[in-house]
Amino acid sequence: MAFPGFKLTWQGRRKIKGGVHLESRKEFTADKPIVSDLLLPERLYLPLQQHAGQPAEPVVRVGDKVLKGQLLAAGQGSISAPVHASTSGTIVALEDFPAPHPSALPAPTFILEPDGEDRWVELGPEADPFGLAPEDICARVDAAGIVGMGGAAFPAAIKLSLGRRTRIRTLLINGGECEPYLSCDDRLMRERAAGIVDGIRIMLHSLGCRHAIVAVEDNKPAALAAMLEAARPHGFIEVAAVPSLYPMGWDKNLIRYLTGKEVPANGRSADVGVLLHNVQTAYAVQQAVRFGRPLIRRVVTVSGGAVAAPRNLEAPLGTLLSELLAYCGHRPDRTVRYVMGGPMMGDRLPHPHVPLIKGACGILALSAGEIQAEDAKPCIRCSRCVTACPVGLLPLEMMSRIRTGQTDAAVGFGLEDCIRCGSCSYVCPSRIPLVHYFKYGQGELMARREAQRKTEETNRLAAEKQRRLERTRQEAAQRKAQAQAAASGGAP
Amino acid sequence: MSALRVPVAPARAATPVQGIMVRVMLALVPATGFGLLLFGWPALYLFATTVLSALLFEAVCLRLSAKPVAPYLQDGSALLTGWLLALSLPPWAPWWLGAAGSALAIVVGKQVYGGIGQNLFNPAMFARVALLVSFPLEMTRWVNPAPPFSEHAPGPLEALGMTFGQAAAIDGVTSATLIGYVKTELSQGRPLSEALASGQFGLGAAWLGWIPGSLGETSAVLVAGGGLWLIRQRVIGWHIPASLLATVAALATIFHLIDGERYLGPLWHLASGGVMLAAFFIATDYVTSPSSPRGQLLFGAGCGLVIFVIRTFGGFPEGVGFAVLLMNALTPVIDYYVRPRIYGRDAKGRPLKLPEDKR
Repeated sequence: MAFPGFKLTWQGRRKIKGGVHLESRKEFTADKPIVSDLLLPERLYLPLQQHAGQPAEPVVRVGDKVLKGQLLAAGQGSISAPVHASTSGTIVALEDFPAPHPSALPAPTFILEPDGEDRWVELGPEADPFGLAPEDICARVDAAGIVGMGGAAFPAAIKLSLGRRTRIRTLLINGGECEPYLSCDDRLMRERAAGIVDGIRIMLHSLGCRHAIVAVEDNKPAALAAMLEAARPHGFIEVAAVPSLYPMGWDKNLIRYLTGKEVPANGRSADVGVLLHNVQTAYAVQQAVRFGRPLIRRVVTVSGGAVAAPRNLEAPLGTLLSELLAYCGHRPDRTVRYVMGGPMMGDRLPHPHVPLIKGACGILALSAGEIQAEDAKPCIRCSRCVTACPVGLLPLEMMSRIRTGQTDAAVGFGLEDCIRCGSCSYVCPSRIPLVHYFKYGQGELMARREAQRKTEETNRLAAEKQRRLERTRQEAAQRKAQAQAAASGGAP
Repeated sequence: MSALRVPVAPARAATPVQGIMVRVMLALVPATGFGLLLFGWPALYLFATTVLSALLFEAVCLRLSAKPVAPYLQDGSALLTGWLLALSLPPWAPWWLGAAGSALAIVVGKQVYGGIGQNLFNPAMFARVALLVSFPLEMTRWVNPAPPFSEHAPGPLEALGMTFGQAAAIDGVTSATLIGYVKTELSQGRPLSEALASGQFGLGAAWLGWIPGSLGETSAVLVAGGGLWLIRQRVIGWHIPASLLATVAALATIFHLIDGERYLGPLWHLASGGVMLAAFFIATDYVTSPSSPRGQLLFGAGCGLVIFVIRTFGGFPEGVGFAVLLMNALTPVIDYYVRPRIYGRDAKGRPLKLPEDKR
């Protein structure tokens, strides 16, 4: 691919391991513009927890009238993010409502009844972002409730503030979008490249960093061209085409491919001087810092074989996924599986009556022909999983150990390094759901660690209580002795 | 998080097991066809007996272990095992040798370990070596090429008697393989150049396969062609064939350069016996070879080394079966110690050191 006159860099000189070529299935949605003018639903459901870390703390009460963009719940603790009203209306309840999670277990959720006026709260003053101090940018991003919008939903302000503790040399913007079906980042780059580039410049300013690379898979030539055009005036923002090889969007793969650096197993990308953000996060940062708009809507791909008119929708957070699906011509009778996110790493949902949250990049209603439903057969040790693993693990060995309950042996084979990308399951000719074994194994480790932490905590509390009782007893004895001494001393 | 959900992955992604086995068999067709043509009706009867009895034993074992018979038989692995075993037998061997071999391969070599994917040794090579040790005479009775309608070729009925009855092979067609012949000649003190000159062996014939040998191993070119197609099809990797053949060739070259009158050159080694079949079809067996690329290189090199050592210094003329079995036994060890490097960790699995200036 050549773009004469544009600055397109192919820095990928470092080989990346493994990976699989997936059918992209993006053509259903990639060429249709984002639909932004959805009618407001009758009710919006805003969970207090839409991000990694602690749930937000409510600051409004049931019955309150709220305006669009008004703070509903504030972040609490060191890792958290606030939640804002997606439109103006009345808070009719704060109750448990099914969360967009594989279990769909209920979680505390604001229920907002729109008044139809969609009236904005008075936003903070528009400012020149480049006149702001880095701390102020972080504060604005934090106040806007921005989290990683590629799926991980880690609070963006915390990552940005890393720039002050660790020297960031390169800001990597992930426009890889390597999962099948998804095209929301692609569309956003095509339609709002200027906003994304502005967001990148703001983030660079807050990080005190002078170099950014936007990584886009080479199966999105239109997005590449749009980003190149928008980045052209800014020499320090490179746009790089990366190969369409799943999981190219894995942050560590991008870092290895574009900078040649490898993040140590116990470290973060910041340790090698790289920070990664999703393109949609960059856009949200621009909206927040330049216009003071909190994160109350996002672009999401609605697709799958059971959707008649798949599209990308820019929808208010809190809209039920079932309503977004219905808008796109959902056929519930043909749906055999609901997925939030991409088909490889996304969460399987038991039903779509759950709200749209900040980290949801896709809503898929898959039909029978699209999913893997064959029974697993015995492993023939063909080692295709070994070739496909981007981390360098031996999935077949890990699987055979987890299956026989030897979780520790699987850890010895690198269970904790597994990123659950599902490449191994995808290539397995025996159709063994390898990645589910690893999710199970990692869950087991987590449960074990939690149990150990609890035991230690109980022991600590018990020991403390013992000491306290001891101290009280000693103090009592001392007082008694003093009293006696005083009594005897006072007596003639 | 549930334990065993059906994967959230697009369908029709991978080659199913059956497709893999079918392609391996397709790759074997040229060499097999050539072998059947070369050795005529007795070879065809032996081939059929071996393959059918392999299927029969597999079915019986599946039945006994209460597994569904039809789906497992359809994976094609038993058929392939029988096929490979037949290719490694002397072409005019009696039927019971093939049937006994299949029983050994399927029952003892595969099913007692727990069936497909569980066996430690390559079933076909396990059977071949067991037969060689138990029936050394029958397993080394070679014949000269005798295509149907040629001078010494038995007709279909005559061949029935040879394979299934007591009729002995016609005199005058029995022969020795190249490496067997060279070994005998060397033990009698004749230098290599003299032995090769007086024998009926030509290097071109050896590569093409117009020589005495096992049913399907004679034509190095056809076996290698099928193997290269399998690599192209990504059914097998290049690591094991490359390192096995390179090791045999390198050792043969070194020794041939040291003493050309004692040691066969690399071209003879690669064209003889079961080296090609082992390199592309036997040593590359998924179940019994290591799973990491570096482990596979080591495994192939080990096979090549043992093949050369047995052929050159051992008591048996051919070392392919022993070499593969020995390396099969080492596969778990190789898999344990030779692993791919994990991202962010060094070769020993410790996390990489953080750059100094960042902390």
